[in-house]
Amino acid sequence: MKFGVIVFPGSNCDHDAYHVVSKHVGQPVDFIWHKETDLGAYDAILIPGGFSYGDYLRAGALARFSPVMNALKDFAAKGKFVFGICNGFQILCEAGLLPGALMRNADLHFICKHVHVRVENGDTPYTSESEKGRVLSLPVAHAEGNYFCDEATLDSLEENGQIVFRYCDPDGELNASSNPNGALSSIAGICNKERNVLGMMPHPERACEELLGSNDGRDIFRSLTKAIEMTEARV
Amino acid sequence: MKAKVYVTLKPSVLDPQGKAIHHSAGQLGHASISDIRQGKYFEIAFDGAVSEEEARRSAEQIAKDVLANPVIEDYRVEIVRSS
Repeated sequence: MKFGVIVFPGSNCDHDAYHVVSKHVGQPVDFIWHKETDLGAYDAILIPGGFSYGDYLRAGALARFSPVMNALKDFAAKGKFVFGICNGFQILCEAGLLPGALMRNADLHFICKHVHVRVENGDTPYTSESEKGRVLSLPVAHAEGNYFCDEATLDSLEENGQIVFRYCDPDGELNASSNPNGALSSIAGICNKERNVLGMMPHPERACEELLGSNDGRDIFRSLTKAIEMTEARV
Repeated sequence: MKAKVYVTLKPSVLDPQGKAIHHSAGQLGHASISDIRQGKYFEIAFDGAVSEEEARRSAEQIAKDVLANPVIEDYRVEIVRSS
């Protein structure tokens, strides 16, 4: 099993992601510079948070044209795991690997705090170690996390169980005050139809150590590791 | 030859930045403004040899593929011939 963390100019959570995979997941992991065009050695690719290309034009918009992105699309099409966190989620939406867009937060603030998210689908490669309804405490740090898509897309996300995380209060209730950025339907994370590609605004890689306030993020990495093991067993 | 590209949020998409600007304009005493929407403006310069039709085609393509995000934004292209 091997993980890769893609590094774009301006990525700044790449070391956090690397640290979690090497220390808590306990698996080999490489940094992958965005000019790489071969991802054949990897089972899962993490797209870390940060400000790729300085957020010029729109957050994530220019990273889509990096050489590694064509390889990433092939990688995802093969059913391998692609996990975008924060700026990584923005990049996956801009690249068309996930539907919708991340817009400026409704209150225009850069939000940096711990929030609660509710697992909406416990049957994905990223949530199998959780269960539907479980509330996780995870940090967010973004200015463009306001998820938006058209009505037809929202309906199909609901129908296909692609809404994986929603912002909620500590009791798991959804309301306006527990939605930090104005995201449509309180959406904090979604996956593609095939469920191998996940994007989320909160940072599970910053919530894997009690010292940092929460280790709820480990559930997600544990689930992903299990999913890779199951894929390996099948081959 | 130049192409001017205007990128605007779709009418159905909320624009909190435009709202904040509207609020500030109101503070300046402009009470009769009903709405302000923020957008982006680009100028694309072409080599002299390019025809108007080619310039429009490539500007439209760039607007669609890069400058605008079709999920939330619309775009409009204007071609300006240099004299």
